[in-house]
Amino acid sequence: MLTMKADRTGLSIRAKSNLTGWSFILIAVVMIATFYFYPMVQALILSFKTGTGSNLTYTGGSNYVRLLSDKTFLTALSNTFIYLIIQVPIMILLALFISVLLNDSKLKFRGFFRTAIFLPCVTSLVAYSVVFKYLFAADGLVNSLLMKLSIIQEPIQWITDPFWAKITIIFAITWRWTGYNMIFYLSALQNIDSSIYEAARIDGASSFKQFTKITVPMLKPIILFTSITSTIGTLQLFDEVMNITKGGPGNATLSISQYIYNLSFKYTADFGYAATVSYSIVVIIVLLSILQFKVAGDKK
Amino acid sequence: MRKLKRVFTYAFLVSAAFVSIFPFLWMIVSATNKSVEVTKGRLLPGSHLLDNFRKLAESTDLWTSLWNSAKISVLTTILAIVIASLAGYGFEIFRSRAKDIVFSILLLSMMIPFAALMIPLYRMFANISGNLPAIGIDTMASVMLPTITTAFLIFFFRQNSKMFPKDMVEAGRIDGLSELGIFLKIFMPTMKTTYAAAGIITFMSSWNNYLWPLIVLQSPEQKTIPLLISNLGSGYSPDYGLIMLAIVIATLPTALVFFLMQKHFVAGMMGSVK
Repeated sequence: MLTMKADRTGLSIRAKSNLTGWSFILIAVVMIATFYFYPMVQALILSFKTGTGSNLTYTGGSNYVRLLSDKTFLTALSNTFIYLIIQVPIMILLALFISVLLNDSKLKFRGFFRTAIFLPCVTSLVAYSVVFKYLFAADGLVNSLLMKLSIIQEPIQWITDPFWAKITIIFAITWRWTGYNMIFYLSALQNIDSSIYEAARIDGASSFKQFTKITVPMLKPIILFTSITSTIGTLQLFDEVMNITKGGPGNATLSISQYIYNLSFKYTADFGYAATVSYSIVVIIVLLSILQFKVAGDKK
Repeated sequence: MRKLKRVFTYAFLVSAAFVSIFPFLWMIVSATNKSVEVTKGRLLPGSHLLDNFRKLAESTDLWTSLWNSAKISVLTTILAIVIASLAGYGFEIFRSRAKDIVFSILLLSMMIPFAALMIPLYRMFANISGNLPAIGIDTMASVMLPTITTAFLIFFFRQNSKMFPKDMVEAGRIDGLSELGIFLKIFMPTMKTTYAAAGIITFMSSWNNYLWPLIVLQSPEQKTIPLLISNLGSGYSPDYGLIMLAIVIATLPTALVFFLMQKHFVAGMMGSVK
């Protein structure tokens, strides 16, 4: 064999092939380093500075002290956690439930149901947000429908009441993402051997038992995956809030991303403090991901 | 009992499907109605589609925004799949310990929220503006550059490269092809489905991107479709028919991609977990 014979450049074939390998990945590495890791470091440095616009001076940890007593930040944080704690579990359960129903091979119109429920995923976040804003307006279609059916007597202030505005946002996100999660569960369900269910049925296990004792444990890795992506997505919530409620009324629906946007581009630019707020999301994402792995990933 | 269960199943699925589809039907129907009729809750198609279209084309930057979005999305998609597939191929075919470590570091970038990047990125492009206005703030390049390369797409191509037979690389070498030649002439044609799936997800996210263009694009002639819709939607006296038509037009490309390539579309999504 000719391996290890040095070529004209003096490199062995093995080393040369290694070099070729690096050249394949070079552009990607440079791009990720430039547009992810370098800005991350910059944001960290920024978070220790204050000032307006580009006049920034180091002030140590004062931004972090400010963060803890910043009422708007705490409101945005608690809003985000309300979305997280209520919306993500509802959506995941709903998606699981629908995919279990759809996994029945005797079901008619399966393809139609699957496509219909997945359809919201083709819309852009901005487009569907504007549609929802109008549907849920005080004089919008949802209210007039509910009133015609005599479910409510007076229109609900879906957009302008602090409580209902949060509900509207939760409705909207659930509408957009349930079908997306469903697709993951459906494809995982198809990999479960149907004889397991048959055996369970013979043993007299109820549908509910089958769901909790077979389906959920078998789908654990994919449920973990989708709950992590949904968590990260919710922590970065921006488009919906910006276009449905603008964060209002007051700050009742403000998300952390929107607060960062406001601090940097709406009010007098305070990039230093905005960077500090943005690091709080990074910390939360890291902590929650570790937690979710610990809780759900122990058996895997 | 069994019958009851079946009735419940269908009732539940029909209502879920109805809730999912209804906003689409409403926006399509509303695009053909006058604004007043939309507020009155008219749910039947009307005859004002052309009127709405004429007003939309005259009073907004519809064509400019569509053209901007199309340019940005198509270019981003092409560059993204080329760069990510080169990398995914490189990581898998020229595997080494050092590269595996680099790969894991790249994957960490998936955890970084965009909210934490937008300020430094904005400042970066604002600084470039002075020396290189062509890629500074308010340009197509500034929208594209940070979104072209994602660790997810590299991961996706690497996962799929595992199914690519290594013998074919060897065969290419014996035939005297260069390493790049093997990639271009053997890998790319064999992995068509992977490219299609990656292309679809990239196109969708680029076409729908909102936050970053909102930050860097300032002049009206640079705006993309999501920015146009967001602007229309935040007006005080909205023309519902017109806005709904704009939303329908903005949704058409992604809906078409979805219906024409449903299989690849789902494959693209699933690529992340296989």
